[in-house]
Order: sequence, then structure tokens, then C-alpha cells
Amino acid sequence: MAATSLHGATRLLVLIGIFALGAYLQATGLIPGILKYWSDIVYLSRQHLHLVAISGTLATLIGIPLGIALTRRAIRPYANAITQVVNLGSTIPTLAILALAMTVLGIGAPSAIFGLVVLTLLPIVLNTVAGLRMVPAHLIEAARGMGMTDGQILFKVELPNALFVIMAGLRTALAINVGTVPLAFLIGGGGLGELIFSGIDLVEPSMLLAGAIPTGLLAILIDLLVGQCQYWLVPKGVNPLR
Amino acid sequence: MIRLERLTKTFGTVTAVDHVDMDVPDGAVCVLLGPSGCGKTTTMKMINRLIPPTSGKIYLNGRDTAGVNEVELRRSIGYVIQQIGLFPNKTVEDNICVVPDLLGWDRKKSRARAADLLAMVNLEPATFLKRYPKELSGGQQQRVGVIRALAADPPVLLMDEPFGAIDPINREVIQDEFMKLQAELKKTIVFVSHDIDEAVKMASLIAIFRDGRLIQFDTPDMILANPIDSFVADFVGGDRTLKRLRLVKVADAMMSDPPRVTAEDSLDTAAAKMEEHGHISIVMVGPRGRARGMIRIEDAKTKKGLVGEHVEPLPGMIRVDNDLRNAVSMMFSHGATWLACVDDDGFYKGYVTQRGITRLLGANYRA
Repeated sequence: MAATSLHGATRLLVLIGIFALGAYLQATGLIPGILKYWSDIVYLSRQHLHLVAISGTLATLIGIPLGIALTRRAIRPYANAITQVVNLGSTIPTLAILALAMTVLGIGAPSAIFGLVVLTLLPIVLNTVAGLRMVPAHLIEAARGMGMTDGQILFKVELPNALFVIMAGLRTALAINVGTVPLAFLIGGGGLGELIFSGIDLVEPSMLLAGAIPTGLLAILIDLLVGQCQYWLVPKGVNPLR
Repeated sequence: MIRLERLTKTFGTVTAVDHVDMDVPDGAVCVLLGPSGCGKTTTMKMINRLIPPTSGKIYLNGRDTAGVNEVELRRSIGYVIQQIGLFPNKTVEDNICVVPDLLGWDRKKSRARAADLLAMVNLEPATFLKRYPKELSGGQQQRVGVIRALAADPPVLLMDEPFGAIDPINREVIQDEFMKLQAELKKTIVFVSHDIDEAVKMASLIAIFRDGRLIQFDTPDMILANPIDSFVADFVGGDRTLKRLRLVKVADAMMSDPPRVTAEDSLDTAAAKMEEHGHISIVMVGPRGRARGMIRIEDAKTKKGLVGEHVEPLPGMIRVDNDLRNAVSMMFSHGATWLACVDDDGFYKGYVTQRGITRLLGANYRA
């Protein structure tokens, strides 16, 4: 988005810079070194995205309803206790969670997904709760006074007005998620971590980069994607971006 | 239209509303008035069951509301709150159509109605329909809040200090607009306020609450003229007589069909007319009856000639549809003891005097 505001000249300079960097890397043989792993990159990126998609979807499907539940009148007294439990997910170090998951679920994708869900749940739940609590009480009173049912109040008033904050939580969660997936390799979950960790072990920078650069690009891409969703999905009247 | 019978609400050991009986007729604006914590808001919210009554009955149009589904009940009652409560995620149009949409009205019909309602409160539909609440000023938002309550054409409106958060100048304007709207729509309105001036201005009935009890329930004029106890007297204020001025129209206080002279009359004729009526001055009218000036009795008796040659400007003119508050204010600012009353076209209709106003207000005290 910032690039569009750059003036033509600056833009040209940046392009020249990128070209020069590319030429330099080409000359040092790094790029051919990385491209050597192209088929691995494609295969592992797909696996990587697969893990992100499954764990992200599960975390969203659990996190948002949980966040909604925590703000309902009947559950509110227990909300703090439940939030503390969810909080454990981000307090316990990532590797410890993965290790714990592995001891229960064994080696492979399921334990990796479990670990990722636990990790990414917190920002989703917290933002859902915060977003819903930020909806002014008088809006809910007006809605109830006009004859909305509890469900209508939730879907027509509370969620649309909390959506921006909830989406911000999703964005954070997915950024953490994409960045953590490489660790899944350690418990046999696959993903671009395979190239990164193997690269480290073999002291093979081009292999390491073949994992690290796509991971970074994926993180940026997904952030951009969720950012666009946030921009377009959140109603204009409550969207500070529009 | 709305009847409350021994309506009571207790929160734990606190009795918020205590055996309230009330009957609000069709088309009345009933203002619930009292200090904070007196039970007026609780009473209002029990009508649409936002607060469930502890005991007692509420009848709407003869129907006991306890037997009606609360969601349906609320959809049939307009509701306006002090914070306005427009939904920021919806456009003005969709905000107005909330209840019609809940009722499943045809979309075209409800959107057309939204445009009509906007026009009724002087907001240009083409400009405002697609705007979001945050793009509106406070006064515009409150207008939308009011017409949103009217969208599904409910017979009853509940309003919880709807104009409380608006600056005084805009508040007057919106109150006037609302009264005009109400004169046309004739809804039955229950209106919570803590502002006696607002109540006197808007209400056809005022209900004064204290500690959950309904202390006095009467027309604004009766409450100002005959407060039932010292609490009500204190609440309506030491200047309650002045407040009553607002309730009386000039037309009701003036002496109508007064004597008059024209420019061609002689001063002798003028003097004779004044003596006949015991007046010390007389109004000169134009050929078609518009008030033009006045002649004093000293001049009529001592000078010679035609009225037109000695005419003096009037001390002041007031329209007959103004209230007495404006009349008295004009008397004080012009240092006059009387004013000529004219209609919209300037035709001379009568006069009001300070003494006449004093007598009128005094008479009602003894009534």
C-alpha cells in the first residue's frame, strides 16, 4: 500500500535496487542455489499452507464461538477463569506445546496441528471478547427495545460492530501461525521447516534460505490477504480504514 | 390507550415503582417527570417489558401485554433512547428500516418510507439515506433516531430523555419539529424527562414521580396552577406561574373584536369610541383592517383633525398564535402595558394587556 504513494522516481530507484540485489545474488550463485530446491519449495509450501489452513480454520472455529460465549450473560462470571486457561496456550513455550502434543498424539501432522491451534487460539478469543465488550451497551438496549431477539442482536448488532477488532485478532493469530509452522517439522509435521532445519544442520545457507524466504513471503501474503478481508468485510460505518 | 394498573417493580428490597395507576389516552403526550431514581424510567421500560414488572398490569389498547410475546410487543412500540443508539454499521436508511425489516416488510416499501420520514424531519433523503451515523451531526442523528422509531408506524412511542444530550439551541428546534410531527401523526407517547420546561412544552399530561410513587398526574397547566404538595411545587419551580405563560396562546388571552378607527376618521370619533369603551388609546387600522398605529386619548381630546394626521406607532404587535410568554417578554422589552394582536396577515384581531394576563393566571389558581 505504501508503494502506491511513492513517487515515480523513488519507485524507479527501488526497482533498480531490487534488480541490482538480484544481479548480485545471481552472481554469487545464491539464487541458482535456492532454485535448485524449487520442487521442494513448491511441495513444502503447499504442505505449509495446508497446516496453516487447517490449524487456522480450527482455531477460528473454536476461538470466535468461545469468545462469543465468554461475553454471554450466563457465562460471564466464569469468563476470567476460562480466559486464563486459554492464556496458558501462549504462556507455555511453543516447543514445549509441540513436545507435549507429540507425546499424546504421536509424530506427524495431527500433533503439529493441535499445537498450532492451541498457540493461535488466544489472540482470536481475546480479540473476540474485547471486540464484543466494546460494543456500547446502549446499542444493545436500542436493539432489544426495538424487538430484536438475542440472536438478532448478536448477528445484526454485536458481531458487525466487533468485526474489525475480531479480524485484527485473526490477523495476529495467522501471522503467529505461519511463523510457527516451521517448528512443526521437529515433530514430523512437514512444511518449509524441513528446508530451514536441514539447512541449518547441513550448514547449507541456500537450503536454509530456500525455506526461510518462502516462509517470510507466505507470512506477508497471508497478512495482506486478511488485511484485504478486514478492509472489505467490515461495514463502512465501523471501519476506521475506510 | 395505555393503562397501568397497580404497576410495581421491586429490585431486591428496593421498591423502584410502587403501585402506579395511570391512564394515557389516545394521541396524548404523557411526560413522566421526576428527579433521578424516582422510578420514571423503570415505569416506561416496563411498558415494553425491557424490565419485567413485579406485579400489576399494563394494557395497550385494552390488551393485557403480559399475554403478548415480548419481542412482538417491542416491535409494535416505537423506542427512542437518550444515547440515540443508531447502529454505526448500518446506513441511515437501514437504521430507519430496522423494525420494518424485522417485521419482514417488502424492501421497496420500507425504503420508500425511510425516504418519506427523512423528508418529514427536513433531512434531504438523497443526501442522507446512504450516509453512516458517524457522518451526521448530533441533531441529525437524533432526528434519525426519532423517525426510526416511527418507521413501522407504531401507535405508541416510548422516549427516554430523547433530547437530553443535545445542545440547548438545537434541542428547542428539534422539540418544535417533533411537536409538529406529533400534531400530524397523533401517536400516543410516553416520554421520560427530568426537565420541567421540556415537559411543559411537550406534554398534554404530566406524571410526577417521587420514590417510585406517582404523586400527581394532570395537565401541565393544572400541575403548574395547583401543585398537589410542596414536593411538586418545589419541583416545578418557584417560577411556575411564568412557566404557565407558555401554555396559553395570545388568542385565548386577548380581548377580541376591539374598537378601531381608520385614518379618515376624525379625532372626535376616536375620542368618542375610547370613552365608550373606557380605553386610553385606540388602534388605527388600514383600509382592509391591518393594524397601522394608535391614537392616545389626550391627543384625541386636545388636538383637532383626522386620525391619520396624529397617529403614533403601536407599542408592539404580536401574532395571535404566539404564547403569552412571548407577549409578556415583548411588553417588557418595549415598556408597553398592552400589545395589539394580529393574525398571520397583519389584520388587527384584538389586544392583550398586562392586567388581563395577570387576571387570567390568577383566575386559574382559584379554579
